[in-house]
Amino acid sequence: MISANLLAVFYLISGVLFILALRGLSSPETSRQGNLFGIIGMAIAIGVTIISVGNFSSGFLYLIILMLVGGSIGAFIAFKIPMTAMPELVAGFHSLVGLAAVFVAISAFLNPQVFNLGSPGNIKIASLIEMSLGASIGAITFTGSIIAFLKLRGIMSGSPITFFGQHYLNLALGLILIGLIFYLCKTQFDTWFWTIIIISFLLGILLIIPIGGADMPVVISMLNSYSGWAAAGIGFTLENTALIITGALVGSSGAILSYIMCKGMNRSFFNVILGGWGATDQSSSNNSKEQKPVKNGNADDAAFLMKNASSVIIVPGYGMAVAQAQHALREMVDALKKNGVKVTYAIHPVAGRMPGHMNVLLAEANVPYDEVFELEEINNDFANCDVAYVIGANDVTNPVAKTDPQSPIYGMPILDVEKSKSVLFVKRSLSPGYAGIDNDLFYRENTLMLFADAKKMTEEIIKNL
Amino acid sequence: MEIDPFIFRFSIFILSIFIGYYVVWSVTPSLHTPLMSVTNAISSVIIVGAIIAALAGENGNIFDTANIYGYLAIILAAINIFGGFLVTQRMLAMYKKKKKD
Repeated sequence: MISANLLAVFYLISGVLFILALRGLSSPETSRQGNLFGIIGMAIAIGVTIISVGNFSSGFLYLIILMLVGGSIGAFIAFKIPMTAMPELVAGFHSLVGLAAVFVAISAFLNPQVFNLGSPGNIKIASLIEMSLGASIGAITFTGSIIAFLKLRGIMSGSPITFFGQHYLNLALGLILIGLIFYLCKTQFDTWFWTIIIISFLLGILLIIPIGGADMPVVISMLNSYSGWAAAGIGFTLENTALIITGALVGSSGAILSYIMCKGMNRSFFNVILGGWGATDQSSSNNSKEQKPVKNGNADDAAFLMKNASSVIIVPGYGMAVAQAQHALREMVDALKKNGVKVTYAIHPVAGRMPGHMNVLLAEANVPYDEVFELEEINNDFANCDVAYVIGANDVTNPVAKTDPQSPIYGMPILDVEKSKSVLFVKRSLSPGYAGIDNDLFYRENTLMLFADAKKMTEEIIKNL
Repeated sequence: MEIDPFIFRFSIFILSIFIGYYVVWSVTPSLHTPLMSVTNAISSVIIVGAIIAALAGENGNIFDTANIYGYLAIILAAINIFGGFLVTQRMLAMYKKKKKD
């Protein structure tokens, strides 16, 4: 056994180690050490908890077996998962945290004396509020993440699902939840507790279905944040500092990422969350489109242009991830560098399906991270660059965001691709991007369209270099 | 007058939000994906609740309903802990600087 005070000190230590784990991510050099701190923090928390419970009967054996089972599943997934599938993986992991929070809350509700919360039917009011909040947020995280997972995986269509009165329904469900928590505290009636969980499961689904595929960076960050708040709620119930600290860290981390993503699209958080974006706004923009002339190029032209350039900026987007083109891209860049061309990469904050998605893919392809730049760092360089190679990105380069106040993406920060001497656009067709708006850049004098799969085209170009 | 312990925990909570705020703003944008996977892993510290729920059940009956929920939560959290930290490790190992030549 271990005294309650000593236990609290150990939880505090693991909380501090978790802070250091996040702190390490401020640069790639310190990040690996940070991760190690995180692992140590986790090991301490688990170790002291087992010692404090002091039950080494058959239950302990099951615990070890289950941890090994779960751990091997987790390790297997971690080593097998392709980097392009990282968004779905993170969404899937969030759902597990959410469900685990629900399970812990249920077990605290059924067996409160274990956690010193009172006895069944006579649980402390504060604990009831904390555990029902934890369970509710956990349940929303669980089903919400599953929907996000299905959308990212392509099992479910990425287009928003909207219906009449949707937001009022969600609002009503939210109010019902508050009412139920109130009644639960008043009556200690377990039906209310189960109803809270069921409604929260439903609400999680309803909250995520109206949000479209390309808004997933915000959704994932938001669910990340929710999983943190759920953990914090449970932390209050269990009076556990490690859990409270971690919950707060994760909660604010997810919230900041959502904020960064929304800012990257110049949209308010509520605009994203209410969803329905990119579903209906095709009609107005299509009128002016007619048959504008497009310059159609092939790999040979592209290779010629880039070989003779002195600087090239690569602009990757979600299309690169879909086509798994990052390795081919790196080879192309190597070939260009051999020809003395200076090559850098420009990453828009919302490129891809999760924060930092493009950076991970480029890192996987062995692109050194000091050649990869964020929007603010590199945007002025487009004016001095000879060729911009846009691979699988679209809306984030659309100049209409700067010129047309009527456009849905007006005000969104974009990469100033149009300022470079020539633009190469690798794209499968002229179809508009996610926002459903035409990209003016396709029809410019200095743009060459390369209609092909991103990977195939890049490989073709390598052959021609 | 004694201060309710809840207030102490609440203070820790609020201060941690602020720490999180400043620490996360200093995370370089290129590491935002590892940030998500590592926060995922550490939020699985919820496993401590699951362990207590699974093991601390009195009356020797470890297959009480409440304990079973604890065991289930242990599996889920363990997947997340190992999966989260290992995938983060795998990603971070890929971030390399330009070779000096």
